[in-house]
Amino acid sequence: METIYELGAEGRHGVTVPRPEDAERALSHVPEALRRRRRAKLPEVSQPELVRHYTSLSRLNHGVDTGFYPLGSCTMKHNPRFNEDAARLPGLTALHPALPDEETQGALSILWELAEHLKGVAGMPGITLQPAAGAHGELTGMLLMKRHFESIGEMERRTKVLLPDSAHGTNPASAAMVGLEVVSLPSNAHGTVDLEALAAALGEDVAGIMLTVPNTLGLFEPDILEITHRVHDVGGLCYFDGANLNAFVGRARPGDMGADIFHFNLHKTFSTPHGGGGPGAGPLAVSSVLEPYLPVPQIVKRNDSFALETDRPDSIGRVHPYHGNFLVSVRALAYILSLGDAGLREVSSGAVLAANYLRTKLESAYKLPYPGLCKHEFVLSGEGLGEVRTLDIAKRLMDYGIHPPTVYFPLIVKEALMIEPTETEPKEILDAFVEAMLRIADEARQQPELLKAAPHRTPVRRVDEAKAAREPILRRPPN
Amino acid sequence: MNPQELKYTKDHEWVRREGENVRVGITDHAQKELGDIVFVELPAKGTVLRQGQTAATVESVKAVGEVSAPVAGEVIEVNPSLEGAPGTINSSPFEEGWLFVLRMEDPSQLDGLMDASAYQAMTEGGA
Repeated sequence: METIYELGAEGRHGVTVPRPEDAERALSHVPEALRRRRRAKLPEVSQPELVRHYTSLSRLNHGVDTGFYPLGSCTMKHNPRFNEDAARLPGLTALHPALPDEETQGALSILWELAEHLKGVAGMPGITLQPAAGAHGELTGMLLMKRHFESIGEMERRTKVLLPDSAHGTNPASAAMVGLEVVSLPSNAHGTVDLEALAAALGEDVAGIMLTVPNTLGLFEPDILEITHRVHDVGGLCYFDGANLNAFVGRARPGDMGADIFHFNLHKTFSTPHGGGGPGAGPLAVSSVLEPYLPVPQIVKRNDSFALETDRPDSIGRVHPYHGNFLVSVRALAYILSLGDAGLREVSSGAVLAANYLRTKLESAYKLPYPGLCKHEFVLSGEGLGEVRTLDIAKRLMDYGIHPPTVYFPLIVKEALMIEPTETEPKEILDAFVEAMLRIADEARQQPELLKAAPHRTPVRRVDEAKAAREPILRRPPN
Repeated sequence: MNPQELKYTKDHEWVRREGENVRVGITDHAQKELGDIVFVELPAKGTVLRQGQTAATVESVKAVGEVSAPVAGEVIEVNPSLEGAPGTINSSPFEEGWLFVLRMEDPSQLDGLMDASAYQAMTEGGA
């Protein structure tokens, strides 16, 4: 496919921009050294060429608007169009973030109301909406953890963070980013936290634990209360990664389970666009002990008006300019209000039902290393299907018009295939996925070559992943 | 096949004794489990490592593995060809794909490692 620079012809343009009358005078204010010596290399295409180019690019894509996208750990659910209507209200899109509080009462009320709803979902008293996505929320949370131990004079000795080996991959990175040492906790035979390993790792040198709830196998920790109790007993804090909140939103609250810090992914659980569809948001809820350290500004309600409070001496400071990704917050609030409490509870029950439906349909054809009821996702293994590997199964799914699930994660399952259907797919789509997966299992045995060369029906065929990583071309060569 | 003259660790490193030094790499089993290796991070020469301390990182298209020092010692040489050609570990794990050479602190630590048949038995046991 040609890039836009290869289309068109010299001097062609899609719109005519008038030359400003005082261009020469304006230019005279630009110092000589800062002036461009050569013309900028811009695409020179007509408007129809431009429209066709980007329309055809968009048609090569696969997203939730074009097909099933059961990407484990990522909750690729439908983005309701009502959210978009709300985010496009002119009173919101035309707002400048530097306006004084008196002129942005509506926007502040939206942020305040979203914060209140999220605090209710978490069952925790403090919150910041600033983090731009999940890993940013994790980093912010770990900074809060660090600040807490600094302020009570224990940071020198609390050097460790405990992480189950089924944790999200970003968790150890976030802990390491704030200078803490990561200690991996092996899972038990059921795929959940091993209490004996936890006991052995716990001590006065532990700053806290980071738990993904439910974990990346789609399993809820049955000993969650015991785990958080034991961590608190040695003075540690409990971080819950909320990427999997879709499994329990509206039904259980992290605060009740002993969480001190909990991040939301608005672009997962709360249906804002995800993965190329726009920025995310990773609000962070905290227990009362961590509230003083939350980023500034905090949105406060005084009488009937809202204000941004910056005078918080113990705060870790800002983690994002202005108010986080504001229009993502608007979409999330639209989603919460349009569903209501009962609707949110249906989200989690629907997500868990869909995952268990797929699991029971597939567990005879594929290995299921951790059997039994799952929450919103489950992990199959591509082992035992002859010479094909999970990568080949994933590539073949693309031929059936389905986005492949997450593969080779979590690391504790060999040849992992991590499937999360979400609550927004009708039964027919789930059945079509089951049918494709069962056919692929047959093909794996009878026509392994077909899988190894897949995909066959996509615009781009099998790519050489090793070559792409070993010899990446990070820039288009200049022409 | 695992060469008879080498020693092995449970973390799938191999060790070749060269006088007071040892040459270290990852086994054929390890490279197969990892798949196509795309990046290797080696220790700096002069780094002093404890036994079991993380010495190198090996990254494939699907996973990242850590390589520990099988015995304590100082890094005196690293394989210069791996930066440009990490796939050498896949094509020649026991020869050209070596990672680093350590000057041993205590050669008796070698006695705690596995021989080829013990390592073979461990990998066949599914570890």
